Amino acid sequence: MKGKVWKFGDDIDTDIIIPGRYLVMRDPKELAEHVMEGLDPEFNKKVKEGDVILGGRNFGCGSSREHAPLALIGAGISAVIAESFARIFYRNSINVGLPLLEAPGISQHLENGDEIEIDMEKGVIRKINSKEEYPFQKLPEFMIEILEKGGLIPYVKEKMD
Amino acid sequence: MTMTMAEKILARAAGKKETESGEIVMANIDVAMTHDLTGPLSVESFEKIGTPKVWDPEKIVVIFDHQVPADSIDAANNHLIMREFVKNQNINNFYDVNEGVCHQILPEKGHIVPGELVVGTDSHTCTHGALGAFSTGIGSTDMAMVFSTGQLWFKVPETIRFEIEGSLRPHVYAKDVVLDIIGKVGADGATYKACEFAGETVTNMSVSDRMVMCNMAIEMGGKTGLVEPDQKTLQYVQNHSSKSYEIMKTDLDAPSLETMYIDVDELEPQIACPHNVDNVKGVSEVQGIEIDQVFLGSCTNGRISDLRDAAKILKGKKVNSGVRMLVIPASRDIYRKALDEGLMNIFVDAGALVCNPCCGPCLGGHIGLLGPGEVSLSTSNRNFKGRQGSADAEVYLSSAAVAAASAITGKITDPR
Repeated sequence: MKGKVWKFGDDIDTDIIIPGRYLVMRDPKELAEHVMEGLDPEFNKKVKEGDVILGGRNFGCGSSREHAPLALIGAGISAVIAESFARIFYRNSINVGLPLLEAPGISQHLENGDEIEIDMEKGVIRKINSKEEYPFQKLPEFMIEILEKGGLIPYVKEKMD
Repeated sequence: MTMTMAEKILARAAGKKETESGEIVMANIDVAMTHDLTGPLSVESFEKIGTPKVWDPEKIVVIFDHQVPADSIDAANNHLIMREFVKNQNINNFYDVNEGVCHQILPEKGHIVPGELVVGTDSHTCTHGALGAFSTGIGSTDMAMVFSTGQLWFKVPETIRFEIEGSLRPHVYAKDVVLDIIGKVGADGATYKACEFAGETVTNMSVSDRMVMCNMAIEMGGKTGLVEPDQKTLQYVQNHSSKSYEIMKTDLDAPSLETMYIDVDELEPQIACPHNVDNVKGVSEVQGIEIDQVFLGSCTNGRISDLRDAAKILKGKKVNSGVRMLVIPASRDIYRKALDEGLMNIFVDAGALVCNPCCGPCLGGHIGLLGPGEVSLSTSNRNFKGRQGSADAEVYLSSAAVAAASAITGKITDPR
């Protein structure tokens, strides 16, 4: 995975990721039109396929809306890196195929606009220009498999077949 | 082996004699609740899995509360999807637009009893630990798995037990206690943990008060709130449910238990300030802040005791001319009680708007949305940026008494 970093602070809640008034929608592309709009109304226009969100502590706190990871996927976000994640958001994201990487201390090293590369196998985030590497907590094998299949449902369906 | 209440319930649900925090267990679900807003996504995922029938229609509860009655064609469509699902799957536990907020309806209609494992596609599902159940919020894909198999994996959480001692001063309520705790531990202070509320103060609380405490466990990252069942719990369950139950209590020497002591003798009314629930201050620090809207209601503070507390303060008074006050009972039963007790006359005479039971402005997607620059004082549970409408609005959270006193003055006001 390669992309540009979009940096946010601590406690980014699911109302910020996708406000309640848009939850009548279910299509990731439609949801993406409003992703993060409370902080930056133009976010969806600026973000490019493959870009990465960098959060602080407790990313994804609040509501259990699965629309939040879906909106990020719809906007083309390839992964979210954060100091820590809220519990329900974490589970929802893996379930719908959005990789979440927990990397304590990472916000000191990465800035808005940094181009990075994520190596899931090695468990490192690489800054493309400087070649500096930062570790993240590697995901267990089954979670990587769920992500590769595009989420829990395609993963389970394949196991059942 | 000594265990916490959370461990005992999860062990039972997983068909094991014992379990401990950190273990991942596959557990059988006793109650699975979904609503009009997250339900359609759950149904869509369920259809993708392709299982023709749900595992047990009697264990599924569907409640419409977020956008009731439908305020848009999209919302009406969501209702249609859910009504069709309910019909096709023979789900009897269905509450349409006329009943009320899911976290009031579940216990009120007898769906919750002690010792059960409850999941819901709503983060405030943690409310039901007030009756001694392990109850937690999940997403739509997880719910689709539950619909298909009746099971879900859980990482068994550690428990923080809040031992709360002291007598609450007049006009200080469960909401103030839980806001004080959230301010102390922070928005992620209990992430992945069970939050158990115990001690003299909790023993003295009503079941409604305990629901307030457990409802807000998620605002410190908690997986569930919990209160050990006692006589009050059993009385409530007896009045509302015919299901059998099992009482689980925490062994105080359980290895995964951490205890935090809270003294509430001197506690003043607490306010969560924009834009985080853990940004908590005493009312004395923030009184005088001008407000545009007051919202009395929600799964946190829309119960009859809240309406009574507010009506006592509003009786014979008027809502300030610069303020809109929305009163939203959490259920039809509460609405009816408030009518019988004459509380609705007080609200209407004061100039408040009484709306049908629903989530109201809390969700920021149905009624009572805020415009840019507006300030709301709300008895609900979240004050995130943009939560109740414009991202440039501000939301303060308080008890029903502070909300009522502030509606009269037009400023955040200490009710004492």
